[in-house]
Amino acid sequence: MTLDYLWTGFSVALSWQNLLIGLVGCFLGTIIGALPAIGPINGIALLLPIAYTLGLPPESTMILLAAIYTGSEYGGRISSILLNVPGDAGAVMTALDGNPLARQGRAGEALMISGLSSFVGGIIGVVGLTLFAPFLASLAIGFGPAEYFVLMVFAFATLGSMVGSQPVKTLIGCVLGLMLATVGLDPTSGAYRFTFDSPELGDGIDFVVLVIGLFSISEAMLMLESHATGTSIVGKVGRTFVRWKDVVFTTGATLRGSIIGFVVGVLPGTGASVASAVSYTLEKRVSDRDGTFGKGDMRGLASPEAANNSCAAGAFVPMLTLGVPGSGTTAVMLGALMLYNIQPGPQLFAERPEIVGGLIASLYIGNVLLLLLNIPFVGIFSRLLLLPNWILVPGILVLSVVGVYSTHASVEAVLLMLGIGCMGWLLRKLGFDMAPIILGFVLGKVMEVNLRNALAISGGELSILFQSHISIILWVLAAFVAVGPWALQRWSRRRAARV
Amino acid sequence: MNATFTKFALAGLVSALLAGGAVALPQKTECLAGAKPGGGFDVTCRLAANSLLAAKLIEQPMVVTYMEGGVGAIAYNHVVGKRAADPSLIVAASTGSALLLAQGKFGSHDENAVRWIGALGADYGVIVVSADSPYKTLKELSDAYGANPASFPIGGGGAVGSQDWMKAALIAKGAGQDPKKMRYVALEGGGAVLTSLEGGHIKIGAGDASEMVKHHLAGKVRILAVMSPERLTGDLANIPTTREQGYDFDWVIWRGYYTGAKVSDADYAAWTDAFGKLVQTPEFKAELAARGLFPYTLIGPAFDAKVKSDVLRFKTLAKEAGL
Repeated sequence: MTLDYLWTGFSVALSWQNLLIGLVGCFLGTIIGALPAIGPINGIALLLPIAYTLGLPPESTMILLAAIYTGSEYGGRISSILLNVPGDAGAVMTALDGNPLARQGRAGEALMISGLSSFVGGIIGVVGLTLFAPFLASLAIGFGPAEYFVLMVFAFATLGSMVGSQPVKTLIGCVLGLMLATVGLDPTSGAYRFTFDSPELGDGIDFVVLVIGLFSISEAMLMLESHATGTSIVGKVGRTFVRWKDVVFTTGATLRGSIIGFVVGVLPGTGASVASAVSYTLEKRVSDRDGTFGKGDMRGLASPEAANNSCAAGAFVPMLTLGVPGSGTTAVMLGALMLYNIQPGPQLFAERPEIVGGLIASLYIGNVLLLLLNIPFVGIFSRLLLLPNWILVPGILVLSVVGVYSTHASVEAVLLMLGIGCMGWLLRKLGFDMAPIILGFVLGKVMEVNLRNALAISGGELSILFQSHISIILWVLAAFVAVGPWALQRWSRRRAARV
Repeated sequence: MNATFTKFALAGLVSALLAGGAVALPQKTECLAGAKPGGGFDVTCRLAANSLLAAKLIEQPMVVTYMEGGVGAIAYNHVVGKRAADPSLIVAASTGSALLLAQGKFGSHDENAVRWIGALGADYGVIVVSADSPYKTLKELSDAYGANPASFPIGGGGAVGSQDWMKAALIAKGAGQDPKKMRYVALEGGGAVLTSLEGGHIKIGAGDASEMVKHHLAGKVRILAVMSPERLTGDLANIPTTREQGYDFDWVIWRGYYTGAKVSDADYAAWTDAFGKLVQTPEFKAELAARGLFPYTLIGPAFDAKVKSDVLRFKTLAKEAGL
């Protein structure tokens, strides 16, 4: 395949109005990403009709939407790090190490490092998209229900790293997440489960509602509490430049996160939340030798941030080559293409090079713009930490309520969020981590649907789970991740003993 | 601000007079899509919003809002409970809504809890196989399926009881097999049906014409039959219908709108009048084609009767299929 379309694309994307559109998109995306509950899907759905009404040509609209998508993956980390309130689905894992860093007065560094790994992840993702799109698309097709199930087994195997010092609590959290995931429409039989005859629960508990409840509401409650009890919080921003040492330190994590994120992004059945979850748990498995993850380890910050950005680029692979969305956001963008009467698919590369090329070129340019935008942003955003609690707490609460209400238009969703928030506060007081709950929730849903679909195909035969090469490779990887570090440790200890 | 208001009020008054005494549509109109942006309800809302504005039947752009949940169940309950008397609101609905009403999945409310305004377009079910499948006609596929149903997993973009499942059940029944025993794979949307067919994970796919046509044209899948009462026009003109191939079933997915039960007759008439005029306009026809929908017009009492007969029909169908 020639890359002619890409040169066409750069000439389209570098025209001054498209550059301006890209810049506006990047800026809006960052804001949309940073606001809790409002993610790229809502942002794009909001701006699409405006772009269409303004009569923008299709390539400019795609550039705008892609810039918002990329921008929001950068923006999500800001509120995760500074407030422990994930800005969007892909930024949940970022909070785990990002927020402790901010509490240690290293918010500026955390923002810079995560900005840098976002950039690397984004660029690796786009390069992957440019070079391997058609090849990867054919690989993604090989993923049937059985393969997705084994992929989730692999993801759960990496979860072993989360066990840490309190295995029982981790397990309880994970099961709690799995239980929450079963609420709502049974994905296979179509029956309602645990909905208490309330139509509001028919679709189950929305991921955004769960995340906002668990993180931002409980965070606000903790802040209120610490205020009442007179505990002081950190009012320090720290340096707003990166040390070369930190960059070197996080390089491995960033690269691993980028690759995992891209692969997960290419698979149409999973998204940024799975990408960042798997890359974080895997990184912890690989690198966390001193138990620093979760307490403010730069690598635990870099890995999920790289992953969610390269996942966003990866999600374009199935959209552009197969004409099927790789994520919720690309689904809306696909709708946008159809609005212009453009049929996505492999023929698009040949028929409308200005659109595909413009889109891909704008992803390169967007990532560069976002890196440049983010450097001055760091200083401004990190001042958020200097806000007193009496502004911050109501602010978080208002943004959470408005965010959830604006996407669901229902008071019940807000009440559910508050209820989950109280539960989260209680669990945090009892020393539970929020991450296993989120992971159980995210992975459990995908796992259940695919197991049941796989068994529907085979008529109940379990052998279908071991049939394809992809499944077998994934089983081996899962076994290695689950047992490998433990075996390696024993082996090295025995060697040390012998010496 | 005030001046523009007067201008719009005047314009509204004039158009009301021109409309021959019928009440004009409200200044501010809203279409509620009971799902996330980007789905079928969104398309339905945008069809009305864009074409009403383009045909100058409304002055200000119609606002499209989203209320996700239960494939329209939340929106239905919201309208019945809270906005039953709001004349400015229309809500997107489809055959799927009638199907859910028939299964009692819209809560305690039935199909009489709202006023059905009209359907402006339709889509049709299609039966697809992968491009390298040995089956070229529905008859060949159906015979092979009848001989060995266990080796034909059927995939659709919805759970058991959804429209795609109903289509699959009709295919199974057409082949003389028990729908309860089919190997149905509940996938997430039409895109997943496509990739599962291409990857060989399922052998038969149930989908919608508007979504599958592009993949058919791109040579990724083969549409064996369209589930429409008559031949479609356009890109699918050379695909025979299920009835032509000797099978006594079809699947029409109408796309229409309802409003609250307490909306006055005059306000209801304003909507049906506007829709009646709308479907004649070239702007509407262009919008319909742009969204891949097929012409299908049923307005006012005719649509109301259609919804109610559909609900009845689906109740029997669901019982037969063992739901």
